[in-house]
Amino acid sequence: MSHVAGSPRMSWRRWLVVAIPMLWLGVFFLLPFIEVARISLADPALARPPYTAIWADGRFTGDLENFLFLLSDSLYVNAYLSSIRFAFVSTVLALLIGYPMAYAIARAREPWRTVLLFLVILPFWTSFLLRVYALVGLMNPTGPINQLLLWLGLIGEPLVMRQTDFAVYVGIVYTYLPFMILPLYAVLSKLDDALLEASADLGAHPAVTFLTVTLPLSLPGVVAGAMLVFIPSIGEFVIPALLGGPDTLMIGQVLWNEFFSARDWTVASAVAVAMLLLIVLPILWLQKMMEPAR
Amino acid sequence: MKMRIALTLSTLLAAGPLAAQEVLNVYNWSDYIAEDTIEKFEAETGIQVNYDVYDSNEVLEAKMLAGNSGYDVVVPTSDFLQRQIAAGAYQPLDKSKLPNLENMDPQLMERAAAYDAGNEHAVIYMWGTTGIGYNAGMVEERLGADAPTDSWALVFDPEVAARLSDCGITVLNAPTEVIPAAMAYAGLDPTSTDPADLEKGAEVVEGVREYIRYFHSSQYITDLANGDVCVSVGWSGDVFQAQARAVEAENGVDIAYTIPSEGALVWFDMMAIPVDAPNPDAAHRFINFVMDPQITADITNYVWYANANAASMELVDEEITSDPGIFPTAEVREKLWTAPVYDSRTDRVVTRLWTRVATGQ
Repeated sequence: MSHVAGSPRMSWRRWLVVAIPMLWLGVFFLLPFIEVARISLADPALARPPYTAIWADGRFTGDLENFLFLLSDSLYVNAYLSSIRFAFVSTVLALLIGYPMAYAIARAREPWRTVLLFLVILPFWTSFLLRVYALVGLMNPTGPINQLLLWLGLIGEPLVMRQTDFAVYVGIVYTYLPFMILPLYAVLSKLDDALLEASADLGAHPAVTFLTVTLPLSLPGVVAGAMLVFIPSIGEFVIPALLGGPDTLMIGQVLWNEFFSARDWTVASAVAVAMLLLIVLPILWLQKMMEPAR
Repeated sequence: MKMRIALTLSTLLAAGPLAAQEVLNVYNWSDYIAEDTIEKFEAETGIQVNYDVYDSNEVLEAKMLAGNSGYDVVVPTSDFLQRQIAAGAYQPLDKSKLPNLENMDPQLMERAAAYDAGNEHAVIYMWGTTGIGYNAGMVEERLGADAPTDSWALVFDPEVAARLSDCGITVLNAPTEVIPAAMAYAGLDPTSTDPADLEKGAEVVEGVREYIRYFHSSQYITDLANGDVCVSVGWSGDVFQAQARAVEAENGVDIAYTIPSEGALVWFDMMAIPVDAPNPDAAHRFINFVMDPQITADITNYVWYANANAASMELVDEEITSDPGIFPTAEVREKLWTAPVYDSRTDRVVTRLWTRVATGQ
């Protein structure tokens, strides 16, 4: 590839390859983010839209009051930490469940491999919201799980599963599991069998082969899968709203309350901006953790 | 299903050449209209209706304050309406296009005028109270025959709530309705905006928080009907819908609605036209159509909420007009309060208290 990099046609194409994602990011990420950042510097007002302008008479009238407000109340910091906890635990669970599944799919023979992959993707054909509602139904006190356990005599009275942190974990892991399995599968399916054979020929126990050959080689898939589960889980709103209990504290709900109940779009925007900036920290940490092994 | 696909296809095809088909966008509460109302309006006017639903005033308000919602008719509750009018969200009604206004009950319209001076911007759609729905069998099983089913104690007394927690207590996710109810239980003025009073109200709710299964404003309809929960702070008509669903399902669940003796919130849901509605003319036609005595009676007969249409009363089922939970007796009406409109400072206090109540933070 490098020998043609100098040709003008190629560089034009290269430029296009970079420009399209940049344009995409600019339109769908940067512009909305600037808009939210702008609102976060304004003051609330009884108007349409319900905040003041940050430019008045050619002067900048915005301030950081909303961000200071976030620090004045422990709620916001606690919600942030609690969201990270939910996202982290869910990511670990998704990895523990998703890795063996991805491994089994990658090792399966055709046509099973295609069928199994298809089964992983199949749930996407149903609306995400409907699937969460289906979980609500399954976990009802009078729902099928409780009915079965009662019938088997394993429990004396219905378990309260809905509206607990447990239900939130089930919801997040269930929803985001395919995002863990697919990148892992992509890496594991390209694993060179010769390496595994070599390891076995040299007398390594299968477990040793897994730990010293398979796992290190699949780390890029682990990192990609972990990111794809962790990042959307932090800001998750629907799952804790439908499955969580009254004391399930996540930043998405705090944001909802600020925006809808307090109708304070400026503080809601400040929460969003602060969360975006703060989310970068755990992700950098996660990447750093994975780095030496790469 | 095939039939439906064929119908959809034919509608699409029919819509093709008639590109100028008039459209009306209505945004109303979920489970809040008769099954045939829209159909009848379309048949009578030839206007095609897009009908969307929401389950909280807060969601509607965010759309109204953002502007350009695309809706022609929306149905905010009175206290929210007042604030949105102040923010410039609604256009004044052209009363010359609303001849059916003469059907409305002047007394109720006057009460609603407290939120919308001169009824300039809105007409009452339905009204109701925020009380308690409960599963009579499950409550009696746990508390005996002398359960305090006529009092907010059923939810807010920790001793009572503790005994009901295993069958499930739910509360509306509506801070401006629940905290005042707790204040009424504590013997305070529910319309007070004094932060100290609101704080006491929040403390009452916190006292029973561990027994509350969830705070949500529509899920409880299904859960009450199925016997998945046994006590819900809820909206009158929604509880009656749960009751009707349980009767329909013949599942032995007996749901009752009570307006507690300490009093309850009475609210008016009001039809209004956003200032930037794409089709205000059709919006007026729709509002006038709903004020037709037969149409509004059909809605009340279906959703079990009281309407404010005096001319429709004789068309409403006797079962409904005689139910004191829907049309409260004069004695009970004395104790009902209307929501005060909070300023932004009070809003923040209430929201913060509510977050503390709900999450323990």
